[in-house]
Amino acid sequence: MTKGLIVSQLSHSYGAKKALNAVSFSAEAGKFTALLGPNGAGKSTLFGLLTRLFVATEGEIEVAGHGLADAPRKALAEIGVVFQQTTLDQDLSVLQNLRYFAALHGLSGSDAATRIDQVLDQLDMSERRHERARDLNGGHKRRTEIARSLLHNPSVLLLDEATVGLDAAARRSITRHVHDLTTERYLTVLWATHLVDEVYDDDDLIILHRGEVLSKGRALDVANGMDLSDRFLMMTGSAL
Amino acid sequence: MKPYLTAMSAIVLREAYRFLQQRGRFIAALVRPLVWLLVFAAGFRAALGLSIIPPYQTYITYEVYIVPGLCGMIQLFNGMQSSLSLVYDREMGSMRLLLTSPLPRWWLLFSKLVAGTAISILQVYAFLLIAGLFGITMPPLGYILVLPVLMLTGIMLGALGLALSSFIKQLENFAGVMNFVIFPMFFMSSALYPLWKMAESSELLFQICSVNPFTYAVEAIRFALYGEANLMALGIVLAALIVFGGLAVIGYDPARGLIRRKV
Repeated sequence: MTKGLIVSQLSHSYGAKKALNAVSFSAEAGKFTALLGPNGAGKSTLFGLLTRLFVATEGEIEVAGHGLADAPRKALAEIGVVFQQTTLDQDLSVLQNLRYFAALHGLSGSDAATRIDQVLDQLDMSERRHERARDLNGGHKRRTEIARSLLHNPSVLLLDEATVGLDAAARRSITRHVHDLTTERYLTVLWATHLVDEVYDDDDLIILHRGEVLSKGRALDVANGMDLSDRFLMMTGSAL
Repeated sequence: MKPYLTAMSAIVLREAYRFLQQRGRFIAALVRPLVWLLVFAAGFRAALGLSIIPPYQTYITYEVYIVPGLCGMIQLFNGMQSSLSLVYDREMGSMRLLLTSPLPRWWLLFSKLVAGTAISILQVYAFLLIAGLFGITMPPLGYILVLPVLMLTGIMLGALGLALSSFIKQLENFAGVMNFVIFPMFFMSSALYPLWKMAESSELLFQICSVNPFTYAVEAIRFALYGEANLMALGIVLAALIVFGGLAVIGYDPARGLIRRKV
């Protein structure tokens, strides 16, 4: 199995407050890895470190064979990311948002146009390409952001609470879509969530609680015959 | 090099597009210096006599004197406006998108500066056009020679805004920046009165004005508008650009800057 993402002994503190403590895990190519944890578990801090918004106090991150500390540009070029907070420019159309992002990755002209067509098609957003981001519903905004994250052909896709604020149908649809993309594009997907119904039995699962990894493995194995919520409660003493 | 230029042109176009959508911002940017030029200057004209000082070859009216300072004012406010939008982008999350690009962060920040400066130059030329309609004109060559100087001064003032934005935690704190940076920088400079006038009333204020980089931005613009190069002013503006640019790069460095706690 190819390791798309390797995190080793990652720690990070905000002043005296420790947000992550010696977190280690790996996510494989072609696999959907769910990162499950309640609010405040350290998921967003982990995403900030994985995308080099800030640098870890200790530990290492390797993305598609490139160390994030040693070769940040090569590593970042392999990462597609969807943040918890929407990062679309609300005044631009779907197409303009995608063009802008493509340019930030150095893609222009026919290269960018071809890839934009492809990702819009994959996310069923082709017909909405000229709509302003402001006018899209929550689900379509998220689809646009996922399409955007795939534009530069990354091998690792990071999604931080990508379904937050969506209704149940939109959540199911997007979760299904990303699972499909994982196998179709042989992506390494790290999907942070606090919702157990977004985790499928065959997914890899990492349980993060108070900045530490409590358990990792195949979701079905981690659940150990129990409902995942109950299993989480048993491990942590607190509900998701 | 092509990916770099692609990213820069996208950042500039996005800034221009946002600016065109915010017509109120354009009008406000012009109203401020025009009020100074057409209202305040008319009143000060009688009270403030000006002697012949370089680059002027003859006695000039107060309106003529303050035009370069008002060009600098447009760029100063624009630089701060850009930094305000960066703080807003950071709070809204869209800054993350920019910072996760694989292109070097300094280049992305420089592109933001170029974008903001391009907008400020458009505003300056619009202001000069209106001033011209009111009979306040410069030598024709000055309108061309001032362009590279406006690029330099705009980037320097933008870099100051960028550096400040990396240290401002929240949007609400921006009002403090207005009070403690923009106004002192503007009033304690040669924008509204020549430094020798300031020296007559207060030696201390004169000394402060003399170390204010905005003074040199204004003087560089003033001389360029009259077809001359004030090398000392240009040198100090360049030095200030290096200092502010360096602070901005440190401020947005993921390992060292305050940004690591806030993005």
